[in-house]
Amino acid sequence: MTNAAADLLPATRTALSLLLLAMADDEFVIGFSDSEWTGIAPMLEEDVAMSSLAQDELGHAQALYRLLADVVDDGRDADAIAYDRPVEGYYHARLLDHPRGDWAASIARRYLYDTADAVRLEALADSSFAPLRDLVDKIRREERYHEMHMTAWLDRLASARGEPRERLLAALERLAPDAATVLAPLPNELSLVMAGIIDATGDELDARWRAKIGRVFERLNLSMVLPVADPLTARTNHSDAFRWLHGEFTAVRSAQPGATW
Amino acid sequence: MSAPTVLVDEATVRSALAEVADPEIPAISIVDLGVVERVQVGDDAIHVELLPTFVGCPALDAIRQAVEARLAEFGRVVKVEFGYRVPWTTDRITERGRRSLTASGFAPPGDDTCPFCGSGNVATDNLFGPTQCRSVRYCRSCRKPFEAIKVV
Repeated sequence: MTNAAADLLPATRTALSLLLLAMADDEFVIGFSDSEWTGIAPMLEEDVAMSSLAQDELGHAQALYRLLADVVDDGRDADAIAYDRPVEGYYHARLLDHPRGDWAASIARRYLYDTADAVRLEALADSSFAPLRDLVDKIRREERYHEMHMTAWLDRLASARGEPRERLLAALERLAPDAATVLAPLPNELSLVMAGIIDATGDELDARWRAKIGRVFERLNLSMVLPVADPLTARTNHSDAFRWLHGEFTAVRSAQPGATW
Repeated sequence: MSAPTVLVDEATVRSALAEVADPEIPAISIVDLGVVERVQVGDDAIHVELLPTFVGCPALDAIRQAVEARLAEFGRVVKVEFGYRVPWTTDRITERGRRSLTASGFAPPGDDTCPFCGSGNVATDNLFGPTQCRSVRYCRSCRKPFEAIKVV
């Protein structure tokens, strides 16, 4: 069991910082993107629900950025890491580069993301890096509600006849090429497995995720081909949609340097 | 000149903290909410470890300030720390806390009855509510909407 990042081998510490950056950026980008539904979701209950989900994700991102700041220890705080990077410096999965789209697209993206994130969090539940294990324990108690809600929505759209199902299928088709990017292997992840920080490599996590969603897709008669993600491009070459989002979420920080959230 | 030493121990600090209300549900104190984990009293400083109910709870800064203000009278530096070493769960809410929640119109976690009329004929309108820790329900007997504390 390790309590301080200083006790890790340098290579392990670097790999851990990339894992934390990937997780924090994923939560930050989907949280910010989904918060755009506040005020305009298709019904009041979903307006509240999506806003609450987004607030949870931004909270997780903040806690992960804080942990990352401790691990990297280069003088930047959580806000500096979250806001003071150019578009190219963000490390979220390409799945989250897709725009929020219509309601079906947001549900499809979030379902794919939440199920993958749940697999990743489960793999960290017994992490040898205590600060991450403790945070993950807390985050999983909240994410359980997200996954429950998204599974209910996927079910609802897929089981409806006509337009809802058609829109869902169209969204899944657009997202499919990037669906597996969340769990794509990270650089030097083997050092994390060997140090007991995570319990499996990206390939193994990908297999667990496919087994899990495969059962749901089969039940709902959704036949999807989800290509294996290329680790070299899974978290780079961000889209114009993200470029726009980045302009939005850095607007206050650029207008007022040092502003806090 | 140092400040006069006030006789203070953990129990004194804990009973002072029992007067600090949760900023989002003022009917319940942070002690009854189960947010106060560790209290350590030293000659110069008081360390208080608090557990966030939800990771992104926006009330944390308000709670920190309220704790610092309440403990200021003890003449020591107050150090408030939020951590995840121990996870906050809804089991940490005390019996008195649960009664305070019901009295102010909130169903305590795991209680499936209406806080207004006691009926069990209630529906979940929304798993999510106006704050991260609450969901929205509706009583089919007295026809009132109410909020319930999410089980975590």
